[in-house]
Amino acid sequence: MKYAGLLVMPAGLFLALAALVLFADPVERGAFVVCGLAVEALGLGVAVRGHMLAQRGSHL
Amino acid sequence: MNCAAAPLSDAVFALALGLLLMSPLAIAGLALINVGLGRTRSAAQALLGNLAMAAVAVVLFAILGSAFAGCLPGGAGHILQIAGKPWNLLGAGPLFAGGLATAPAQSQLALLFELIAVALAVLLPWGSGADRLRLSAGCAIAAVLALVVFPVAAFWTWGGGWLAALGVNFGLGQGFMDAGGAATVHVVGGISALAVIWIAGPRRGKFPKEGFSTAMPGHNAVYVLFGCMVALVGWMAFNAAGALLWVHAPLGALAQVALNTVLSASIALAATFTVTRIRFGKPDASLCANGWMAGLVASSGAAAAVSPAAALFIGMVAGIATPLLVELFELALSIDDPSGAVSVHAIAGIWGIFAAGLFSDRPGQLVAQLAGIATLLGFFLPLVYFLFLALNRFVPFRVDSDGERIGMDLHELGGGAYPEFVIHRDESYR
Repeated sequence: MKYAGLLVMPAGLFLALAALVLFADPVERGAFVVCGLAVEALGLGVAVRGHMLAQRGSHL
Repeated sequence: MNCAAAPLSDAVFALALGLLLMSPLAIAGLALINVGLGRTRSAAQALLGNLAMAAVAVVLFAILGSAFAGCLPGGAGHILQIAGKPWNLLGAGPLFAGGLATAPAQSQLALLFELIAVALAVLLPWGSGADRLRLSAGCAIAAVLALVVFPVAAFWTWGGGWLAALGVNFGLGQGFMDAGGAATVHVVGGISALAVIWIAGPRRGKFPKEGFSTAMPGHNAVYVLFGCMVALVGWMAFNAAGALLWVHAPLGALAQVALNTVLSASIALAATFTVTRIRFGKPDASLCANGWMAGLVASSGAAAAVSPAAALFIGMVAGIATPLLVELFELALSIDDPSGAVSVHAIAGIWGIFAAGLFSDRPGQLVAQLAGIATLLGFFLPLVYFLFLALNRFVPFRVDSDGERIGMDLHELGGGAYPEFVIHRDESYR
């Protein structure tokens, strides 16, 4: 689960980079870069959750 | 921001060199904080580790890493053409800092700045791995950061890489701006700290099977608070030197950079003092130190780009958020971070970078800063984690349970930092 989260994070970066290349309009660019960051936050959340589950599992 | 800028006058060169010679005080302060926040039985190993990791990082960066960071004049770099724009991905300078003596003054200072920066960055994961990370693992971590991770980050940010060129290529303000190393030093170091915590696991007894996490306070609040004061001097010098080198600030702007640094740290301390006073009934010394450091870190991102009023706001947010984040990470997210590097350096660094864009009046600067943050989280965090995961197979990060029980000093050095102390029974090993 932690690996899955960490692998989602580069996808968010690619979204942000694609926004820079594909959009000329500053508002669209900004919005898609924020979307990229949101994807990264999602991946980070999954990775943190994976860490917490692994932490609890180590006590069992 | 890049190294190949207009030549410096003798006066500016002398001033920047003087500032850089004061900057290692930031490393000394951070080392003191790392030691003070650890336990008595690991104090000597902790301080030796700080010194050893800084030494390894400086040597390897000077020999090899600086070539990829692209500070000294060399080849054209490794450039990809994407959508008709050049994406400069990696520097191609000389190995062994070759040609330093004949390099332009700006490049010489850039190399010195980055040597101090890499030494600072590698100390952050060491503080987070306190009381369980082996010395050899610390040195291996420093080597990986100095050879692979930091040179790439430094080139992209300071060496004319694609992040620095976002302004030229896409009209985003000045490009990604990080005059004081908030991204390259603090966020990279902070996410390295998170990777170390995830891989090494918590200290033994930190998260018991039942109930709340065990409090393991630092052994010497005096070291920690004195480290904060020492760090301030180094930080002011480092931020001012960064403003001269990377954003080419005029001499008249340096006083404001230093003022912003002090203001940010001071208001952050006041904010953390207030928050901990309200939450716990009394101010917490180690959390106040964390708040002070978070203010300094946030100023690294923004001090060269904002007004004093904005610096106050930036520091206040950092100071309010830091104690809450430290608590959240420990209690809710099971992250055992003795030095608080993840909240103090990674999160406050990201806030400083974001704030530099938020308070900028240049069109597109905020998007450039957001792209930088996306790169730090989307590229460097997975890179560092998987590099460390592989490294852990060859150089195990964590000491064995016996070593953790008797303390890192006795286990790794054969003697303690305080040999005349009576060793008490540790209640966390029930």
